[in-house]
Amino acid sequence: MNEMTPNQSERAEKLKGLGSSRKRVEDVRFTQGKGNYVDDIKLPGMLFGDFVRSPYAHARVVSIDADAAKALPGVVAVLTAADLAPLGLHWMPTLAGDKQMVLADGKVLFQGQEVAFVVATDRYAAADAVELIEVEYEELPVVTDPFKALEPGAPVLREDLAGKTEGAHGPRRHHNHIFTWEQGDKDATEQVLSGADVVAEEMIYYHRTHPCPLETCGCVASMDKVAGKLTVWGTFQAPHAVRTVASLISGIAEHNIRIISPDIGGGFGNKVGVYPGYICSIVASIVTGKPVKWVEDRMENLMATAFARDYWMKGRIAATKDGKITGLWCHVTADHGGFDACADPTKFPAGFFNICTGSYDIPVAYLAVDGVYTNKAPGGVAYRCSFRVTEAAYFIERMIEVLAIKLGMDAAELRRVNFIRKDQFPYHSALGWEYDSGDYHTAWDKALAAVGYEDLRAEQADRIEAFRRGETRKLMGIGLTFFTEIVGAGPVKNCDILGLGMFDSCEIRIHPTGSAIARLGTISQGQGHATTFAQILASEIGLPADDITIEEGDTDTAPYGLGTYGSRSTPVAGAATAMAGRKIRAKAQMIAAYLLEVHDDDVEWDVDRFVVKGAPERFKTMKEIAFAAYNQAIPGLEPGLEAVSYYDPPNMTYPFGAYVCVVDVDVDTGVTDIRRFYALDDCGTRINPMIIEGQVHGGLTEALAIAMGQEIAYDEMGNVKTGTLMDFFVPTAWETPHYETDWTTTPSPHHPIGAKGVGESPNVGGVPCFSNAVNDAFRAFGHVHAHMPHDHWRVWKIAHDLGLHG
Amino acid sequence: MIPGAFDYHRPTTLAEATGLLAEHGDAARVLAGGHSLIPMMKLRMAAPEHLIDLAAIEALRGIALGTEIRIGAMVTQAELIAHEGLAAACPILREAALQIADPQVRYVGTVGGNVANGDPGNDMPGLMQCLGARYALTGPDGSREVAARDFYHSAYVTERAEDEILTAILIPHPAPGTGYAYEKQKRKIGDYATAAAAVMVGRSAASIAMTNLADRPIWSQAAGAALASGDVAGAVAAALSEIDPSDDNRGPAEFKRHVAGVILKRAIERARARAA
Repeated sequence: MNEMTPNQSERAEKLKGLGSSRKRVEDVRFTQGKGNYVDDIKLPGMLFGDFVRSPYAHARVVSIDADAAKALPGVVAVLTAADLAPLGLHWMPTLAGDKQMVLADGKVLFQGQEVAFVVATDRYAAADAVELIEVEYEELPVVTDPFKALEPGAPVLREDLAGKTEGAHGPRRHHNHIFTWEQGDKDATEQVLSGADVVAEEMIYYHRTHPCPLETCGCVASMDKVAGKLTVWGTFQAPHAVRTVASLISGIAEHNIRIISPDIGGGFGNKVGVYPGYICSIVASIVTGKPVKWVEDRMENLMATAFARDYWMKGRIAATKDGKITGLWCHVTADHGGFDACADPTKFPAGFFNICTGSYDIPVAYLAVDGVYTNKAPGGVAYRCSFRVTEAAYFIERMIEVLAIKLGMDAAELRRVNFIRKDQFPYHSALGWEYDSGDYHTAWDKALAAVGYEDLRAEQADRIEAFRRGETRKLMGIGLTFFTEIVGAGPVKNCDILGLGMFDSCEIRIHPTGSAIARLGTISQGQGHATTFAQILASEIGLPADDITIEEGDTDTAPYGLGTYGSRSTPVAGAATAMAGRKIRAKAQMIAAYLLEVHDDDVEWDVDRFVVKGAPERFKTMKEIAFAAYNQAIPGLEPGLEAVSYYDPPNMTYPFGAYVCVVDVDVDTGVTDIRRFYALDDCGTRINPMIIEGQVHGGLTEALAIAMGQEIAYDEMGNVKTGTLMDFFVPTAWETPHYETDWTTTPSPHHPIGAKGVGESPNVGGVPCFSNAVNDAFRAFGHVHAHMPHDHWRVWKIAHDLGLHG
Repeated sequence: MIPGAFDYHRPTTLAEATGLLAEHGDAARVLAGGHSLIPMMKLRMAAPEHLIDLAAIEALRGIALGTEIRIGAMVTQAELIAHEGLAAACPILREAALQIADPQVRYVGTVGGNVANGDPGNDMPGLMQCLGARYALTGPDGSREVAARDFYHSAYVTERAEDEILTAILIPHPAPGTGYAYEKQKRKIGDYATAAAAVMVGRSAASIAMTNLADRPIWSQAAGAALASGDVAGAVAAALSEIDPSDDNRGPAEFKRHVAGVILKRAIERARARAA
C-alpha cells in the first residue's frame, strides 16, 4: 500500500453504502416528468373501461337496461354480473377469506359499488355510455352504524351468507357478524381489573379514512390471443400475488400471466387489494381481444377502493396507585363495510392489533375483535402502517393518557415507569409477540430533554392561569407518544396471504465490468428502493451503489415476493438483498483466493476487496474479481457471479419512537396551530438518513391529516359526504408544520444488517401524538377524551361542552 | 370526471361573444377562469353544449385607477394581487384575494368569474358589497350597471340575465384613512370559508359584509351603521341577525354562527386599528 491508496473510510464513502444520504436515483425522472405510470401506458387499439356505480348504499337491482348505451358510437361492450356469471367471475375472493361482488349481483351494499362496466374506444364515449345505462333500484333499509348492524332486527346485508354460521375466521353469531378474534387471557385480565387500585375506561374511535394516493388505482389488461398470454400493467403493491390470484381466479396458467407494476404514485395500502376494475378489464380484454385500460377518478377512489381504520375500541386499563400498569382489556367493534376485504395476513383477521399493549410491560391482557358488515365500502387496508398497528398504537397511547388523568400523574412519567426495560428484550408480550430489541428509556429521555419537557409544562400551566384571568383565548396542548411498531411480515410459519408465505427475495447478477443488477419481489411506490437497496448491496459486495441497478415489479423477470406494504420491504426484501450479497461475496472470496494463490481462509474482506491476511498490499477488488468470474477457468467453480436469496424472516422487527407535539388551540374558533413537532425514530440500522427523514416527514403529514381532519364520513342514508378533495383533507405545504427529526439506533438482532423499517412509523406514532396534544390542551378543565378528527368544529365543541364560551 | 360533448368558441370581441350567447341561449355558457364551471362540467352537473371562452377579449382585461377603480372581468386573482397601484388604492382587495384558493388557481381564476357565478362560497361578492361596487353588464340590448348589493338573489341566482356578460367591476375609491380587514376562517388552503367577514371603517362611515353564511353574501346596513357610530357589539349583533348558515362538513350552523361572530369582531378590531 502506498500514499495514493485510499484508506478504508474513503473507499467506503465512494461506495455510498449503508449510512450514506445518497440522493434518490428515481428523482431524475420524476422531477423531469419522465415517470411512467399506468395511465401513461398506451397500446395500439386500446379500449377504455368505465363503471356505472350505485347511487344507493343498499338496494336491490331490479333491472339494467344498456340498450341505449350499446347503441352509442364507440361503445364496444357493456358487462353486467349476468355476463360474468357464466365465467364464475361475478364474485371474487377477498384477501380476508370473504368474497366480493365484481359487479352487482342482484343487490348493492354500498354507495359507489360497481354495477356495470362499459368498454368503449375512448374515455369520453365510455363516460357518455355510463350516463345512458338505466338501472332500476329498489331501495332497502341502510345501516352504517356497526352497533346497530348487530341488533336483532337489523337489515340483512349479505343474503348470500344466509344460514352460514361459520365464516373464514370461526363462528358467526348474527347475520351481519363476520368474526370474533380473541387473544390473551380473558379470565386473568378480568380478575386483575376487578381487584385493581385504579381502572381507567374509555371508548376510543379511530374513524374511517382513506389512503388517497396521488395516483388512483388502475390497470391496462392486454390479452394476446395468439400467444395465449395475458399481460396486466397495474398499480399493484404486490405484483406476484396478483399473478397467482389472477391465475387461480381466471384459470389461465400462471406462466401465461405477466404482471407489471410500472411507476406507482403512492400506495399507502390502497393498492394492495384486488378491485373489480382489474377483473372487468381482464375479462373485457379477453372478450374483445384488445387492450383495455381502466383508471378510476378521485371520487371513485375515495368512495369505492379500500378505506382504512373504522375501529371502535373499548378499553379498560388497570394500575396500582403509583402507576404500575397491571392489566389491559380491549374490545373492538370493527366496521368492515359490505364485504370483508381487509388486507391482513390470513391468520390475522384484525391484523397485528394485538400489539396493543404497546411499549409497556403489561403482565396480563385480553383482546376481542368483532368484525361487522355495514352499508359502507369494503377495505380495511393498512394505510401507511403495518396491519392495524396504527389503530393499536392510537388505542394504547390514548389509554395511557386517560389513565394518567385518572391517576393524577404526569403522562411522561407514567410511560417511563411502565416501559419494557432494555434488559427485558427479547420481550414476550401478554398478547403473544416477541419484541426483538429496544431501548425505550434512552429514547424517551432524549426526546423529553430535546423539547425541554419540564419548561413546556411550566409554560402550559402559565397559559392556563392567563386564560383563567381572561388574558388569552388560546390554550396550549402537549402531545406525548411512545410507540412500538410491528413490521416486516413475516415469518412464513404464521404469516401468509391466501396461502402465499410472506417471504421475499432478491436476485443479483454481477456484470463482468463490475456493475450489477438486482431484482426484488417488492415494488417501490415512492419509498426509494432503487436508491436504498443498492446501498445495502454496495456495503455487502463492495461495488458502488451508483453501479447497481435495482429493478422491481415485472413478474416475468423479478423473483417471487409478496410486495411492498406494512413496512416489509427493508425487513424482508432488504434482508434477502443482504443475504444474496453475501452469497456473491462467498464466491468472490474463492475467486480472490484463487487469483491471489492462497487458501480461501487466508483472505479477508476489506470494504471493496479481499486482501491477504497480514499482507494488505496483496488484494483483489470486487471489480477485478467480477471480471475474473467471466474470463478465468477456475477449478471447481462455475463461471459467472450471480446469486438469489429467498428470505423467510425468523421474527418481525419492532421499530419504535418517541414523539412530542405542541399545539396552540384557539378556544373560540377551534383553530389549531402545531407550534412544534419533535420525532425521534429508532428504526435500527439506518440505510439512508435523507430518505428516512423524508419518510418521517411524509408519514407525519399523513398523520396530521388523519388526526386533524381527514375522514370518510357517511350520512344516515349511506351517502359518502367526503367524496372530493374539497372535503377530504389532504394537507399541502401550507397546512404542514415544521418537523424536528432525531434518532437513536437499536439494531434488530435477527436482521442481517440490523434494519427495522421506517416508512410507517411516523404515521403510527404521529396520529396519537397530534390527538394527545389536542386532548391535553383541555385537560385542566376536566376534559378526558374526544374522538378524531380534530377539525375546527369538533375542537370548538370540546371547548363549548366544557363551558369555555361563557 | 369526464364532461359531456360541447362546442368551444373563442370570440375576440364582446359583440361577438354576446352574439354567440344570443344565438345559443340556454345551451351556452361563458367561460372565464373556469374554476367553478369546468369542475361542474366534469361532474356533469353542468352540460353546456356551447362554451364561450372570454379569454381572447382584450376589452375584458386590465385594471384602471381613474375617478373610480375599474377591474376588467377577466383580470385574474394573481393580476389583482400583483397590481401595486390597486394595492395602494384599495388594499383590502389584495388582502382578500390572497385568502382565495392557492397560487395555481389564482393564476387562472378571474375576479369577474368569482363575482358573476353567484356561488355563496366565493369571497369576492361579499367584499364587493362591502366596498359598494357596481357590476357592468352587457347584453344584446346594450349595457347597464347593477350594484353588487342588489346583484345576488340566492345560490347561483343573480340579477344578470342569461344573455348578459359581466364585463367589469367598478369600485369607488375608499375615503382616505379608511381602515380595512378581510378575515376568513377556512379548514385548509383552497377551501371555502367556514365564515368570512369584510370590514371597512372610516371616520363616520362603515361597511360590513359576510361570506358563506347564507345562500348569498350578506351585507348588513344595520351592522355598518352601528359600527359607524362606534358600537362594535351592536355591529356584530346586527350582522349575526342577518346571516343564515347551514350545516355542512365544516360544522353545524350553531358553530358557524359562533365563529362568524368571532371572525367579524376580529375583522372590526383589525380594521379600526388601521383607520387613520
